[in-house]
Amino acid sequence: MKLGVLFSGGKDSLFACWKAMQKEEVACLITVVSQNPESYMFHTPNIRLAALQAEAAGLPLVEVETAGEKEEELLDLKRALLAARDRYGIEGVVTGAILSVYQATRVQRVCRELGLWCFNPLWLADQEAYMEELIDSGFRVVIAGVFSSPFDESWLGREIDRRTLGELRVIAKKYQVTLTGEGGELETFVVDAPFFAQRIAIEEASKVYRNYNGVLRIERAGLVAK
Amino acid sequence: MILLIDLCYRDGSLSRDEFVAPVERLLCRIGVAFVTRHYTAVGAPDLESADAAILCGTALMDTGYTEHPELFRWLLTFERPVLGISSGMRALAAAFGGGVEPCREIGMADVKMLAPDPLFAGQEGFPAYTVHDYAVQVPGEFVALAASDRCVQAIRHRSLPLYGSSSTPRSGTSGSSSGSPGSPVFRARSG
Repeated sequence: MKLGVLFSGGKDSLFACWKAMQKEEVACLITVVSQNPESYMFHTPNIRLAALQAEAAGLPLVEVETAGEKEEELLDLKRALLAARDRYGIEGVVTGAILSVYQATRVQRVCRELGLWCFNPLWLADQEAYMEELIDSGFRVVIAGVFSSPFDESWLGREIDRRTLGELRVIAKKYQVTLTGEGGELETFVVDAPFFAQRIAIEEASKVYRNYNGVLRIERAGLVAK
Repeated sequence: MILLIDLCYRDGSLSRDEFVAPVERLLCRIGVAFVTRHYTAVGAPDLESADAAILCGTALMDTGYTEHPELFRWLLTFERPVLGISSGMRALAAAFGGGVEPCREIGMADVKMLAPDPLFAGQEGFPAYTVHDYAVQVPGEFVALAASDRCVQAIRHRSLPLYGSSSTPRSGTSGSSSGSPGSPVFRARSG
């Protein structure tokens, strides 16, 4: 089955993509670029670098802009899925949703309207096992956004390796947050994945941070040999 | 031992992690032994050794299992506890002659209890995450246990411990966990 992967550049969508590649054919990546920083559906830091990640993966990217108005952005999602269906013949869509009924419901509805299958291979995943598998499989993930206490500026740009995962475990337990950041505490950016032919090197980045709210803006990045 | 049945479009499919693995994790967590089989591979030894069975859900577009009613006839004589979740409820009802009618619900639904049952003990209603295109028509040997304002959401056989629920264990996060395979009632009945 030919599939398109809803793609934000973060760990969940890339891991879901990798899962999908093991069972079906991933024909393209699909990104909805939201102008609204408050968008619940689509906003992520560094979404513009999705094109570089797609190049690293050797997959075509369908990119659609949205103003990010609450329900209207679903029309833009529909436009993106239609474009992917027309250009690459996708029969289904893969998402990296883990717990968000809000996001999953909306994607399911649009997929159903278009007669597309919807796959959520991380749905209700065991978060501990997922994070372990992420690291063991060779994903290299950096923290590109922090949006709640106790994640301060020092977390921006950190790679999620074993040491960081250990600290995240302690925080998840103490502050009752998810280990994966699914509650919106963290956003991530993937610089390498098992299916990347090249990895991404961050050449220049800046931090915008205030009061447990900040992003790592990747100003310049390129592909390098693995 | 619980026989967990995968109704997805292919054995080892991409949907397995979404619809079967969460139930497996739940059973592991509560320490219940189980074996998982794809619905096309359920054999007589599996049925003989099972104390109970759970029929898992499928993706919305995945209705391939409905084309093989002969693979679910064993439900008529199983007589041990069965829980059909989502598509599993449809397969269970179909085995007893229940049809379907169009009823698309995608998202959270308010489910209200229609009849008392230990599986949902203490609840008058609960929010559930539902994803389906069709509602089950309750077979004559079953009663409707719960419904949303649009369609039936849970059923039970009149004399056997056979249950169907339209929401999956995922909705345990939204308050309907008593209807899940982790429910003490289901565990007690499944030996």
